[in-house]
Amino acid sequence: MTELNELYQEVILEHSKAPRNFRRPATANHSAEGYNPLCGDRFTVFLDLEGDAIRDIGFQGAGCAISKASASMMTQSVKGKTKAEAEKLFNEFHKLVTGAAANGNGADLAKDLGKLGVFAGVAKFPVRVKCATLAWHTMQAALEGKQEAVSTE
Amino acid sequence: MNSTVHQTGIELPANGRSAAVHPSTHPPLDVAKIRRDFPILDQAVHGKRLVYLDNGATSQKPRAVIEAVAHYYQHDNANIHRGVHALSMRATDAHDEARETVRRFLHAGQTREIIFVRGATEAVNLVAESYGRANVRAGDEVLISAMEHHSNIVPWQILCEEKGARLRVAPINDAGELILEEFEKLLGPRTRIVAVAHVSNALGTVNPLRTIIRLAHDRGIPVLVDGAQAAPHLPVDVQALDCDFYAFSGHKVYGPTGIGVLYGKSELLEEMPPYQGGGDMIRSVTFEKTTYNVLPYKFEAGTPDIAGAIGLGAALEYVMNLGMDRVAAHEHDLLEYATAQVSAVEGVRLIGTARERAGVLSFVVDNVHPHDLGTILDREGIAIRTGHHCAQPVMERFGVPATARASFAVYNTRDEIDALVSGIRRAHEVMG
Repeated sequence: MTELNELYQEVILEHSKAPRNFRRPATANHSAEGYNPLCGDRFTVFLDLEGDAIRDIGFQGAGCAISKASASMMTQSVKGKTKAEAEKLFNEFHKLVTGAAANGNGADLAKDLGKLGVFAGVAKFPVRVKCATLAWHTMQAALEGKQEAVSTE
Repeated sequence: MNSTVHQTGIELPANGRSAAVHPSTHPPLDVAKIRRDFPILDQAVHGKRLVYLDNGATSQKPRAVIEAVAHYYQHDNANIHRGVHALSMRATDAHDEARETVRRFLHAGQTREIIFVRGATEAVNLVAESYGRANVRAGDEVLISAMEHHSNIVPWQILCEEKGARLRVAPINDAGELILEEFEKLLGPRTRIVAVAHVSNALGTVNPLRTIIRLAHDRGIPVLVDGAQAAPHLPVDVQALDCDFYAFSGHKVYGPTGIGVLYGKSELLEEMPPYQGGGDMIRSVTFEKTTYNVLPYKFEAGTPDIAGAIGLGAALEYVMNLGMDRVAAHEHDLLEYATAQVSAVEGVRLIGTARERAGVLSFVVDNVHPHDLGTILDREGIAIRTGHHCAQPVMERFGVPATARASFAVYNTRDEIDALVSGIRRAHEVMG
């Protein structure tokens, strides 16, 4: 498989074309906007938080295939999780896409991340890390209740 | 160096670049030979031959430029306008000579009208801060166009905010052309300056400068031209244009980064207050009073980018030797070819279809985000720019978050455009 095919895996392309949870949940009580000025990607992540639990999550916006698929799969992964679990997942996802996973506990990481493991190919494309993490940074901001828009620059 | 300069009186008509080009009277360029002048082009990227189509961001440098900069540091480096020693005199002479080369390139009347700056951005900032602060007051207006690069928007916004003035924006049509009737309507009694691009970096539109300038001058309003995307592609004659200021960046015209030019009419520059204070821009200093140096030094505080100016001089000599009219003809051919080939690819939509364009082909591809396209092309060894091109209002005007932009230089070939087309088809495959 070429590096390009590793990046644009079937699952990723499929999510980018038909993103899941691509909506604003009616019960949303937290949101944040994320923006990548480099390429114009812009997403809003909506959360329905009850205490520490993410009861529902959705997103809206526009971006490249990587950022959109990442947002879509993120919403599936964190729905029903606690804040702390979601943040731990982001931490591990970040390690995966930046290639930090390759220098050690790569196997453990892939296991923890489950389906998100398809983003491992991003590590070979350092300029695309921002695309893969934009929605995650935005979710983190929404969790923390930050007011200003998240920017990757 | 002058007999080879094609100053044939061919001046770009304000609204017709193709008419400025007479390929029949000028033999075509030997592009294979030109390519050998650019050492960087001879390399593989991801195992593929490099196809560099990001010239709108920055151009590559011919050996003549690289060697001029290296020669300066190896043999002549010294500070200018100060020493009585041999090196300082050589450095000063070389710096002066570069300024004279810029004058010839722009067809300016006087060498003292050429101010060295860091780039087109600094040139616009200089005019906004110096001319603008001296002449724009509360309630006044600054008029720009809807196709400007951020660097020809933000300095005026800062000025207007500070002064309580109003920034007016002349609209563009769906092809990306300035709507002249609207522009004319916006020229009012409070308009203090007009600032427009010669060529749009995001759309490639060539603006009808002569008309714009005539309309403004009829009302006594000076015009600044942002020539960053024009100077590499078209012959520029500031006297024929009758513009009041003309800005360009050296690095987009085969010169080094960090050096650029502001041309200004001497009568305006004489009246303007200094931009920055420091060495070289003063005649005498006491704690009570400083008298400023004459043009152009009044606007060049501090030790300048001497090597950069020398490198820029070498770059402009290089293109003048080729002949800017022949450069324009070659690039016109490339752009016509690219327009036909790229727009024929399924799902491609061109952004910017002005009748007169130069240097730039901006487009979007159905189901392939520009950023994904950029990554896929990169793996084919093809460098293009993807994003908003520092022209977010233009993106908004066309309802796209970003575009892919292929931009051409004198060393590009039809083969490279064929490679681009194959690359776009490959992107369709990868993205399914």
